Amino acid sequence: MTLPEFWTSYLWPLIIMVAQSVLLLVILLVAVAYILLADRKIWAAVQIRRGPNVVGPWGLLQSFADLLKFVFKEPVIPAGANKGVFLLAPLVSCVLALAAWAVIPVNAKWVIADINVGILYIFAISSLSVYGIIMAGWASNSKYPFLAALRSAAQMVSYEVSIGFVIITVLLCAGSLNLSAIVEAQNGKWGLLNWYWLPLLPMFVVFYVSALAETNRPPFDLVEAESELVAGFMVEYGSTPYLLFMLGEYVAISTMCAMGTILFLGGWLPPVPFPPFTWVPGVIWFTLKALFLFFLFAMAKAIVPRYRYDQLMRLGWKVFLPLSLAMVAIVATVLQFTGLAPK
Amino acid sequence: MILSALFFYLFASICVASAFMVIAARNPVHSVLYLILAFVNAAGLFLLLGAEFLAMILVVVYVGAVAVLFLFVVMMLDVDFAELRQGFLQYLPIGGLVGIVFLAEILLVVGAWNIGPGIPNLVAAPIPASVTNTEAIGLVLYTRYLYFFQAAGLVLLVAMVGAIVLTLRHKENVKRQVIANQIARSKATAIEIRNVRPGQGLQG
Amino acid sequence: MTYQLPPLLPALPELILAAGAMVLLMLGAFRGEKSTPLVNCLAIILLVIAALVVAWMPGDKLSTFGGSFVVDDFARFLKILSFAGSAAAILMSLTFLAAEKQQKFEFAILILLATTGMGMMISAADLIALYLGLELMSLSLYVVAASNRDSLRSTEAGLKYFVLGGLSSGMLLYGASLIYGTTGTVSFSGIAQASTQGGLGLVFGLVFLFAGFCFKVSAVPFHMWTPDVYEGAPTPVTAFFAAAPKVAGIAMFVRATVTAFPGIVTEWQQIVVFVSIASMALGAFAAIGQRNIKRLMAYSSIGHMGFALVGLAAATTGDLRAQAVQGVLVYIAIYLTMTLGVFACILSMRRPKGMVEEISDLAGLARTKPAMAFLLAMLLFSMAGIPPLAGFFAKFYVFLAAIKAGLFTLAVIGVVTSVIGAYYYLLIVKVMYFDEPAPAFAPMPNEQVAVLAVTGIFNVLFFLYPAPLLDAATLAAKSLF
Repeated sequence: MTLPEFWTSYLWPLIIMVAQSVLLLVILLVAVAYILLADRKIWAAVQIRRGPNVVGPWGLLQSFADLLKFVFKEPVIPAGANKGVFLLAPLVSCVLALAAWAVIPVNAKWVIADINVGILYIFAISSLSVYGIIMAGWASNSKYPFLAALRSAAQMVSYEVSIGFVIITVLLCAGSLNLSAIVEAQNGKWGLLNWYWLPLLPMFVVFYVSALAETNRPPFDLVEAESELVAGFMVEYGSTPYLLFMLGEYVAISTMCAMGTILFLGGWLPPVPFPPFTWVPGVIWFTLKALFLFFLFAMAKAIVPRYRYDQLMRLGWKVFLPLSLAMVAIVATVLQFTGLAPK
Repeated sequence: MILSALFFYLFASICVASAFMVIAARNPVHSVLYLILAFVNAAGLFLLLGAEFLAMILVVVYVGAVAVLFLFVVMMLDVDFAELRQGFLQYLPIGGLVGIVFLAEILLVVGAWNIGPGIPNLVAAPIPASVTNTEAIGLVLYTRYLYFFQAAGLVLLVAMVGAIVLTLRHKENVKRQVIANQIARSKATAIEIRNVRPGQGLQG
Repeated sequence: MTYQLPPLLPALPELILAAGAMVLLMLGAFRGEKSTPLVNCLAIILLVIAALVVAWMPGDKLSTFGGSFVVDDFARFLKILSFAGSAAAILMSLTFLAAEKQQKFEFAILILLATTGMGMMISAADLIALYLGLELMSLSLYVVAASNRDSLRSTEAGLKYFVLGGLSSGMLLYGASLIYGTTGTVSFSGIAQASTQGGLGLVFGLVFLFAGFCFKVSAVPFHMWTPDVYEGAPTPVTAFFAAAPKVAGIAMFVRATVTAFPGIVTEWQQIVVFVSIASMALGAFAAIGQRNIKRLMAYSSIGHMGFALVGLAAATTGDLRAQAVQGVLVYIAIYLTMTLGVFACILSMRRPKGMVEEISDLAGLARTKPAMAFLLAMLLFSMAGIPPLAGFFAKFYVFLAAIKAGLFTLAVIGVVTSVIGAYYYLLIVKVMYFDEPAPAFAPMPNEQVAVLAVTGIFNVLFFLYPAPLLDAATLAAKSLF
């Protein structure tokens, strides 16, 4: 193989891919900083407080100040901890959350890896995120983190099941596992009425609630329930490792929002399919929709009290599982007998 | 193709090394973590073969669910490592002997391996080149292999029934929450408004 | 692309059982423990219906699901046997479980599902179908073995069976994968074609496959679970274990061996000969010292499997094959009746204080319960192979096949071990007839009386009119070749 050949076939695509990834990462991390701020602001607004408003105008630089604070603190590793796993856990949690974004299309053709099984990839990655928590809880060698690890293992495995069924119903309608194809399948002359949130409304609700549980957001944040477990799996963590957990958590939330946008809200498609709405770039629509979902997440945190653990399990296994299973059957039947099935 | 060969050796060597560590690690939790690493690398090998669906399912099912439950159980076990290793030397000779015999046999088999000439053509359901691999699995799983699919479902049903039969116990005198009853409570049944006079309290 | 559903008629009995089991599961789940008698009753009815459907099923040889499910006379014969065995096991369990307060509606359902698995094993014509059927049966058996959770021994039995069973399934799968690797196919006919070329890989696969088979029929050297599981499991479960699963195990052993490996006859014949000699010998010697009658029945069943495999060892070439397989089928049918009869007696060994299961508890049964003692004695004589009882004919046909195949040593060892084995059967008869009577047992429940009467009379009077069984077995054996 000659050098130019090597250049064109390997090196150049590699450089492009790395550049794309870096760009996405930077945007994503900045977005996460503001999502975090928004979360706190919304929470404050619901409680009629001001929220962070000291660092920068309206507190806009708060997240960056927090970042600096955590980075400059000394990492403390407990004497009884399993050092390797203790440090691996936050890395796993953060890297996995970021890795999911590799397949998310923010606009037509704007995706780093347009793979055939994109939705399965995201599902796989989100099912792995439980490891960060379990490993942290076990490696801390301390009671509360361990209890949190056990809780999270059971909780996330339970809600993954219903997310899986939600994904299956969407797949039945879209006829593809490719995320861009799923978005395209929602394109139609009725605009936002064509998107899957309307025909699959129960599944959209199931997805929203399961996403809350899957990302350990309130009201399902039993993994870090401060009234019972101090701070759950994060009790022994501080400084940069803690920062990585926070980062991972919020990136995972943004992934879930993006996933909800793609599966139910038509991704980058404009809500009404005629000008001037079609002139707006798709990425704007995508961001707006994802932010809307995030707003729902934040509102849930602000207004819903925390579930008890047995109620959480009951909801997952006795309500969502039968409901989503029934919906899979119903959707499949309807598609089969009305001839609406793709292809 | 150099690149895929490179990745093959990367995945394969990590897979084998972590599989070895599963049995060599002294801490069972580390064993499970190595097992997960092995699974993930096996998924990588599937990807290289172009079987992306299998790769993802491997991660979702084995890493995302099965291994989590493994870890769940292993974490809660109170294993005495010193005691666990006590019998090791005692059984080493016989275990080693069995291992060597098996190794020799497998070498013999591999050495004398002759795949019949027509055998590669016997592949039961070849995949047309234009079909993606998810679709290809779907095309045969519910048609040609319908029977196996359903039978495997029955096996899982038995496993579930068995787990329930062997573990579910209805304890007497346990207060259970009946959500429906709670929700069905109305203002009339739930609260009673009384006028309490100061200094008198309520009688009955 | 349009897709035609494969014909479901051949699998109708299994479909009835599986669907029925699910319906009963719903019934039990919604109506609770009080539905147990109803579920038991319906389960027996389902088994009877399934057996009738098997008998009614038209056509000579049906096959469906791409050839992996076959219904021929061989399958019909063995399916009827195993369905009948399961039905009898449920029937015999009714009083016992009610008296011991172990009633669970899942028991009958698990037996139904296990029986579905047996049907699938018997009809399996490729390795995947065989494995799935086997696993369906085994998983249900593990659960019922441990079903008495409050008993340490039952739990131990279940766990031991599960761990060893898992190991044997693993070996079977390993063997199957080696076979697939060398032949490129999992269907028995495809393997048969490819096996004409032989190959070391195929023989290796065969060895591992046989290891799995031997475990399931509890043949030496994979028998070690049998005594503990038989002793530990609740007695109705033991009765079930000793009967129907053995039929299915032998069916799978015979069908896989003779249809998939005609190309490497000498190789598998050696293994089968070894296994059968070892099983017969162990069954004869190890049973002598037993005090517990369930443990004794475990060793006895190991020995009987050895005798049945004598017939398989002879099924090598030519016309002889059908005759040898016929021997196996007759043996397994008669074994089923003998075992069920003996277990009907064991299940009625109840004193006011509870169940007893020592051989010494049978002392003087001839004076306290002469009819039961007589029939039990006849069944034990039959098991020992004393003419003119049915057990004699069973042994006669397999030994005849072995001699015709030139396996004289095997036949001689078989006769010698059956003489040695007769010792412990006769010992029980001696205890019943000549020892001082122990306190009498509680009256025998009607179901047990029925099972004992039918099997006992069958064994005694078999020599008068053996033709129906022999003819059916001949037809069944011929359908394999």
